Amino acid sequence: MKNSNPVRTTTKSPQAAPKPYELRLYVAGQTPKSIIALANLKKICEEHLHSRYRIEVIDLLERPQLARGDQILAIPTLVRTLPQPIKKIIGDLSNTERVLVGLNLRQLG
Amino acid sequence: MPSKRKHSKRRIARLAKSPTGIAGLDEITWGGLPKGRPTLIFGKAGCGKTVLAIEFLIHGALEHNEPGVLVAFEETADDLTANIASLGYDLTDLCARKKLVIDYINIERSEIEEAGEYDLGGLFVRLGYAIDSIGAKRVVLDAIEAIFAALPNAFVVRAELRRLFRWLKEKGVTAVITGERGDGTLTRHGLEEYVSDCVILLDHRVDDQISTRRLRVIKYRGSAHGSNECPFLIDDRGISVLPITSLGLQHQATTERVSSGIARLDAMLGGKGYYRGSSILVTGTAGTGKSSLAAYFVQAACRRGERCLYFASEESPAQITRNMSSIGVDLAPWVKKGLLRFNAVRPNFFGLEMHLLMMHRLISEFRPRVVIIDPITNYASLGTQLDVKSMLTRLIDFLKGQSITALFASLTEGGSAIEQSEVGISSLMDTWVLLRETENNGERNRGLFVLKARGIGHSNQIREFLITDKGIELVDFCVGPGVFTGSARVAQRASKKKAAVSAANNRRGLR
Repeated sequence: MKNSNPVRTTTKSPQAAPKPYELRLYVAGQTPKSIIALANLKKICEEHLHSRYRIEVIDLLERPQLARGDQILAIPTLVRTLPQPIKKIIGDLSNTERVLVGLNLRQLG
Repeated sequence: MPSKRKHSKRRIARLAKSPTGIAGLDEITWGGLPKGRPTLIFGKAGCGKTVLAIEFLIHGALEHNEPGVLVAFEETADDLTANIASLGYDLTDLCARKKLVIDYINIERSEIEEAGEYDLGGLFVRLGYAIDSIGAKRVVLDAIEAIFAALPNAFVVRAELRRLFRWLKEKGVTAVITGERGDGTLTRHGLEEYVSDCVILLDHRVDDQISTRRLRVIKYRGSAHGSNECPFLIDDRGISVLPITSLGLQHQATTERVSSGIARLDAMLGGKGYYRGSSILVTGTAGTGKSSLAAYFVQAACRRGERCLYFASEESPAQITRNMSSIGVDLAPWVKKGLLRFNAVRPNFFGLEMHLLMMHRLISEFRPRVVIIDPITNYASLGTQLDVKSMLTRLIDFLKGQSITALFASLTEGGSAIEQSEVGISSLMDTWVLLRETENNGERNRGLFVLKARGIGHSNQIREFLITDKGIELVDFCVGPGVFTGSARVAQRASKKKAAVSAANNRRGLR
């Protein structure tokens, strides 16, 4: 575990945005999949949410007790806690289309 | 080096078992489930999979100091706690004492979007965390197949489940996985492919409107096991399984004798009564006094301070007690003292196997020295003659194994051969007391006869059997030219007496 701080919070100063996105990314260690997932997430957020988002990365290897709260099964899992309702996207987020649908940033079809 | 050797040696050692603590199941599996390996329990909905799995955890936690983790995919912890409370177990208490962890995994398919590659690392983390938090040795994954419905990529789920079961083995926990029965495959999603060390099938069938739960060990790698279907019962004390195999003819035989409660009947049986641990059949047509004979036997046993268990399938306990008090046998005090227990159930309430199971359980619990089954004839309607005979054989073997003296009353249909016992079980019996009626001079009178008594030199005489308000009396038949019973016997006696008196008078007169 090279990264000593399990929870990294990337906060972009909200510029009076109406609806900030609260996102939690659950990973289990620094696996290739979780590294890709975080990179993909940052890219998508920058492109589509601009600065209206906050990402919290939770490493379950270090805080396993947190898996229960958000009913985490698959790794990586992205949980959108805000705005409501809660949305979950599983996978390394390489399918941008599906991520946008999952985050309600684009309607399907 | 030495540690390596030790390791390889352990692999060669016989398969260690993890006792389930469920009566009968450990017997069938010769000691329990394979320790440190996963076991699959499957069956249709409502067949008792979850109860069995949870009991495995509870007994492990309470009796074997093996804490357990329950991962539930279908029911919440609260629901499970409430359900199991009806079996008399308190899951909340077990959780508080760190003997159990319940983790409810709920996945809403509608909430989940799939975007790229993933694995089930979260499940591993949760399970690993739960196991380590209490040092669990047992794990139950209840209805894990729900994962297939929740996650879209079955390919990933399969690969991950394979990894999960391997990981559980590496962790050395004894796992129970429950699954729903499928078409074509054992379980709906073919879990048997991954979990194949031990596979147990539960079944719930209804024949002739009588439902019976059955359990069968389909497979047990590295161990002998019973492969028959065994009936089992779920009631307020959990699951009990009845091994279907007969216990065999290994029981001890004592020379101790027990009184039948009727002095003259004892006299007919070589002066000392029945053998302890023998089985006694009392047959007769309706109203010949079979139950009365049984009541006497019960009374005698209670007077000796022995416990009696009375299985009644025709009369309620209150009715038996009332009726017996009319012939001078008061059973109520013995019930009050705890020496006599009635179990009155209509035979068609359960199937044969369930009756046997119930009897087994009650007998193991109450530990009687004497058991009465009145009448066995009623069980005949619950199966073929072969079924009934097989059930009674197992019951008798069980009773003999514990040196319990058992009296079976059997009703002979009017008109059929009097020596014919209804269910063809006379060969299983050690002593056979026959009650019969003779009809003459406008009276019906009862006769009692010991048809056979293994190992006892018994009387070959028929006694007249009187049931009066003071109790049972056995009277010699009056034999002159012909046999006299009832009032004919009284008349014959009187005339004999008269003859004797007049003969004496004549002698006196001569003098």
